[in-house]
Amino acid sequence: MSATPVKLDAEGFLVDGGQWTREVAEALAGEERVSLTPTHWKVIDFVREEYAQQHASPGLRRISLGSGVGMKDLYALFPRTPGKSAARIAGVPKPKSCL
Amino acid sequence: MAEVIFERAMRDGALGYQVEAPKARKVAIIVSKGTLDMVYPGLILANAARMSGMDVMVFFTFWGLDCITDKEVDHLHVPTVGNPSMHLPTMVGGLPGMEALASHKMKQGMDKLQIPRAREFLQLLDDSGVELYACGLAMDMFNRKKDELLPQVKGVLTATEFFEKAEGAQVIFT
Repeated sequence: MSATPVKLDAEGFLVDGGQWTREVAEALAGEERVSLTPTHWKVIDFVREEYAQQHASPGLRRISLGSGVGMKDLYALFPRTPGKSAARIAGVPKPKSCL
Repeated sequence: MAEVIFERAMRDGALGYQVEAPKARKVAIIVSKGTLDMVYPGLILANAARMSGMDVMVFFTFWGLDCITDKEVDHLHVPTVGNPSMHLPTMVGGLPGMEALASHKMKQGMDKLQIPRAREFLQLLDDSGVELYACGLAMDMFNRKKDELLPQVKGVLTATEFFEKAEGAQVIFT
């Protein structure tokens, strides 16, 4: 069992989105002391779907409206920087949206 | 489950991001005007700061109070007179209906960008953990009562109390 190293950029985002697996997500979340619950996965799955469709990472408000997870809950699920953390754990680029 | 090994890029010889949460940065934004073009920068900056992991408080004073007053918040306008950036002759800007038209256009533009209207924006900030405060002196000046404010307003503060709460914060005046 020899794992290929998963490349991260200087901000901790995946360099190659193709390297993303659910195990990678668990490991990235672990770094932020977040253990992924079904609600986290609901958010992560939405972020990945949205990125696949729009070719751009959704901003935090879009995540909230699209995933149905309220803003208060997003700040509790992904502490401090929910938009950025959700994108990082979902293996998509840092969101560029101001909202 | 296969073990995941990360290969990290370094920035200036150090990790470009912190795995441990850093000491929280703090910002206090003062909103002193009640026109759309003066209220929104404050709201957007407050939200962006919060999304960046900062502790954020917003202090509404003078005409900024309109933004947190229940009967005013849905009627914020863009000024068309004395606003050189409108590129409108002042006399034209003063014609009846011009201000309503400009405000309507701006709100349409913001809807297109999915920027929430002020009332919803304040709810969003409150849900995000941004603390909203009203200025007590301005409340007295405009004869405004606490029960006329939106429920998201956490309290009415004097300027001194504001600075006590804002200790260690970067202060932005708009």
